[in-house]
Amino acid sequence: MTPPFLDIARLSCGYGSQVVLKEISFSVQKGDIVTIIGPNGCGKTTLLKTLPGLIPALGGRVNMQGQDMKKMPRDLRARTIAMVMQTLESIHMTVEEYVLLGRLPHFSSWQFLENEADRDLARSFMAFTHIDHLRRSPLNCISSGERQLAGIAKALVQEPALLLMDEPTSHLDISHQAQILNRVKTMKDRHGLTVVMVQHDLNLASEYSDQVLLLDKNTHTVFNYGTPETVITRDNIRAVYHTDVVVAPNPHSGRPGIFIKTDSQESISP
Amino acid sequence: MNDTGAKRWILIIGSLSVLLTACALTALRLGSTPLSSAQIFDALFHDQDSITASIILGIRLPRVILAIAVGGALSVAGTLLQGLFRNPLVEPYTLGISGGASLGVCIAILMNLPALLGVTAYPLAGFAGAGIVIVLVYGLGLRTGRLQPNTMLLIGVMISFVSSSLVMLLMAVSEQDDLSNIVFWIMGSLDEPSPVLIRLVLAGSIAGLVIALYHSLALNAMVLGDDEAALLGIHTARTRKILFITASLLTGLSVSAGGIIMFVGLIVPHFMRMVAGSDHRILIISSFLGGACFLTFCDIVARMVIAPLELPVGVITGIIGGVVFIYVLGKKKVAL
Repeated sequence: MTPPFLDIARLSCGYGSQVVLKEISFSVQKGDIVTIIGPNGCGKTTLLKTLPGLIPALGGRVNMQGQDMKKMPRDLRARTIAMVMQTLESIHMTVEEYVLLGRLPHFSSWQFLENEADRDLARSFMAFTHIDHLRRSPLNCISSGERQLAGIAKALVQEPALLLMDEPTSHLDISHQAQILNRVKTMKDRHGLTVVMVQHDLNLASEYSDQVLLLDKNTHTVFNYGTPETVITRDNIRAVYHTDVVVAPNPHSGRPGIFIKTDSQESISP
Repeated sequence: MNDTGAKRWILIIGSLSVLLTACALTALRLGSTPLSSAQIFDALFHDQDSITASIILGIRLPRVILAIAVGGALSVAGTLLQGLFRNPLVEPYTLGISGGASLGVCIAILMNLPALLGVTAYPLAGFAGAGIVIVLVYGLGLRTGRLQPNTMLLIGVMISFVSSSLVMLLMAVSEQDDLSNIVFWIMGSLDEPSPVLIRLVLAGSIAGLVIALYHSLALNAMVLGDDEAALLGIHTARTRKILFITASLLTGLSVSAGGIIMFVGLIVPHFMRMVAGSDHRILIISSFLGGACFLTFCDIVARMVIAPLELPVGVITGIIGGVVFIYVLGKKKVAL
């Protein structure tokens, strides 16, 4: 078996003395889409930000393609990993200027202006995410869903090997949700892009993921890690989310689908 | 930036350069002895011994150069700080640098340092005062961790209050002559007798412009927030330190040579953001040129309105800048 693309070993995440996740270990194969799920406050975003070192790890290590992330040079990291943040600053900068910033890691050390290839790439990914008509609009004049699309275009323009996404579809309507995740899946299928994302929508997680990482808030560890079929089960959801749901296969894909039961909250919560 | 973008940048830089040349020429022509452009050209390049030449080279040209250097420096400093702090209301004086400089000059005047050090006493004292404040804001900011923008702003504003209170205290106990000296210096003037200092300010502001431009791409990324910038490979902490110190030194240098010239560092960056956009590569260049134009123009007004007497240029920049800005803001509904 090939060594994993991303190897997380005994990683502890948190802020100073506040430990959010304790010594968790898992690995990600190249070209997989891994979705982190779990209840609010269980440390999904914290984990996602600890992977590239935005939040310093409290312990353990993250290896990417055999290299310790901590020792990875800043510029190499920027050429390998891109991240779509949960919310994008609403600033006065045009969509095109913003997307072009994704080319920054690929600039040579004295390069001051983008070249034709950079602009072409930016244009093609703006078309890919359906925001090419907004390229001259400032970020603070478009909707939050459009901003999210711009964030994804910027991340793809960075041409990363690993794409991290923090709730990339939270502000999108159902057509854009499907569109974006289909596009990400296309990038994975065609270019072997590895994706780790945080997702609140369990159905989307189930549909699009190769592996699902379910975090538990009470034990600060991984509750279960595996294919959607093994992780997204009624018992697991009940144990971690304290909510009783119906799990039935999606008639189209056969993957587990989640249906909420009314009043289920009261019957279980202590 | 695409092809039309490149043309736009060239157009912006070109028109600001033409405007700056026009302002500078007007400033050289106007004065107690009005001169023609031909006379100025003659004095600059041919006959450097005539009386005209001594007026141009000895009096008017140094003043124009100082206006360009100080106007450019304050505007670049304002652009850098607004970008770094991601706050459109920050300006070079918010950080208390002007307060420190005024206090320094106040003390110099009261201790009669000019008698000891000659014409360089005020700028030296101003720069020392500014330097102490920079070290204080920076040092206290570092103690709270990694230069937290809001903490630094608060520290700066508090230092401003303390030093302006101390200046008022000193003014209250000073003699009439000293008092008018202090007031005149605080209101800002480009009447700087030391050619060495003028050269120093010019060299400093050009060096500041180059450093700012070198970091302009990083600054573009940092506007997105530290996390996004770090993921784009930017050394955010180091860039913030370098640009903060650059902006502080530009301000300190300007204040020690020209006194407190209000509003340039606040208004010019805003105005240029409307004209040139928010990409710091073009914004920094146009702020430098625009600030130079603005201050040269305001200095002409300050010299001419009640000639042969002279108004403090800091008052003119405040009035013209403020009124024009409110007018433009009212007409053009732009988000800052």
